[in-house]
Amino acid sequence: MIEELGTTSEGYMVINIGPQHPATHGVLRLVMTLDGETIIKTEPHLGYIHRSIEKMCESLSYRQFVYVTSRMDYLSSHMNNHGCSLVVEKGLQVEVPERAQVIRVLMDELTRVASHELWWGAMAMDLGAFTPFFHSFRERETITDIMEETCGARLTMNYICPGGVMADLHPDFQKRVKKFVALFKSKFHEYNELVTGNIIFQNRMKGVGILSAENAISYGCTGPVARGSGVSSDIRKLYPYEVYNKLQFDEVLETGCDSFARYMVRINEMLQSIKIIEQLIDQIPEGEFQAKTKAVLKLPKGEFYQRVETARGELGIYIVSEGGTTPYRIKFRSPGFSNLSALPHLVKGSKIGDLVATMGTLDLVIPDIDR
Amino acid sequence: MFITNYIKDIFNGMKSLLTGMKITGYYFTHHKEIITEQYPDNRATLKMADRFRGEVVMIHDENNEHACTGCSACELACPNGTIKIINKFELNAEGKKKKAIDTFVYHLELCTMCNLCIIACPTDTIKMEPNFEHSVFDRSQLTKVLNHTGSKIKAGVE
Repeated sequence: MIEELGTTSEGYMVINIGPQHPATHGVLRLVMTLDGETIIKTEPHLGYIHRSIEKMCESLSYRQFVYVTSRMDYLSSHMNNHGCSLVVEKGLQVEVPERAQVIRVLMDELTRVASHELWWGAMAMDLGAFTPFFHSFRERETITDIMEETCGARLTMNYICPGGVMADLHPDFQKRVKKFVALFKSKFHEYNELVTGNIIFQNRMKGVGILSAENAISYGCTGPVARGSGVSSDIRKLYPYEVYNKLQFDEVLETGCDSFARYMVRINEMLQSIKIIEQLIDQIPEGEFQAKTKAVLKLPKGEFYQRVETARGELGIYIVSEGGTTPYRIKFRSPGFSNLSALPHLVKGSKIGDLVATMGTLDLVIPDIDR
Repeated sequence: MFITNYIKDIFNGMKSLLTGMKITGYYFTHHKEIITEQYPDNRATLKMADRFRGEVVMIHDENNEHACTGCSACELACPNGTIKIINKFELNAEGKKKKAIDTFVYHLELCTMCNLCIIACPTDTIKMEPNFEHSVFDRSQLTKVLNHTGSKIKAGVE
């Protein structure tokens, strides 16, 4: 039940943060009970950008429903498309060509770097620093240019489709990715100098928003939020899909449990993604970029589940098929929803100024939470 | 002890502030590193990527002929009902009825540029154009007819 705004009988103040608030990165509404500046209770209220994507998918064919998922977590649209394609391929038992697999993983990792860069800029902006935003967008722009050239769109790419990828790589792809990797490596020290090493930033991050490993598991947190509490939850390592089991990379784990640990996980994850890109960029095998599939896809009767690691955590796609051309039911397990559920616990008892800083480290994308 | 820590904190704060300001100063003095594009002013030289998906167009050759057979594959592939094909029947040279398109209606306001229609087209008659400036004053102007007036199907396309 939504509490009446104003003052409670105990004398606490109830105020709204959002749905239109620059710090919530979208239409998230938090009803907060405050004792002065101390947070007593936080209640997230959702549904302001609910587009019933799950229901929409029930009327779309297995080729068509993939594009809608780019609109869920728009910052990791490749990974969403990837998961959907994987679950359809699992049902059809299609073998994806090696080249398509490598292209998909490359695109995933580029998107992960782009997503983390946007998060880094927005996170610093939440704390009042505006310059980092421009620095992170300089590198992110290079990635979106690569995406534009190969996939045809900058944000909602719809490049990965059941059976492989939609089009072959652009001839300039390798050259431009190498250029990006060189640029990223030469500019990465600026990230640490501008934000990570800053005393003000560290004081606002360290010891704030404590999420213990037990709580991270019980709230269902995944991705960098869980890894910041020392919970191993990288789907790429635990349940490898595509070519991830052949790659050399580390799962970034921090044991700080606070906001700074979650921050460091994402910063180091960017480097791991660059490591994966460097391993694959010269090893793209020749061959087909798409497996031969029928014009109309029909999944056999049954239930199919596939999980992928997006930039925010574990995305699960569950399809119930009745044997027709459209799914009977689709359920998305989105990482943002579970990560948000830990927010009331994280900010309880802290000052209202820490709310924005803590929320920034959760890396919330509201369309992903509401769907 | 408290005083020492306090002074140490102030000096550390100043140091980390200067480290950050050094980067800002570097970009302030190095104008070649600026990558800002002055968008509306650079329109003449702005080149979009070839594959950029801006809008669907139908390819016409110099004789005002296209390759669309009116098979509705794109209409079926579209997830949003963006494309509507209205067919007509023409009499060909032998007096036989032949299916041809009358109007190829394209609702740009519904299109999400997902590229599925382009892939579905068996004769490659539609393609994506890298035009992204779609602002108009009235929504009805976004409903377009893709086949040109007086155009007809190319000979030999079935």
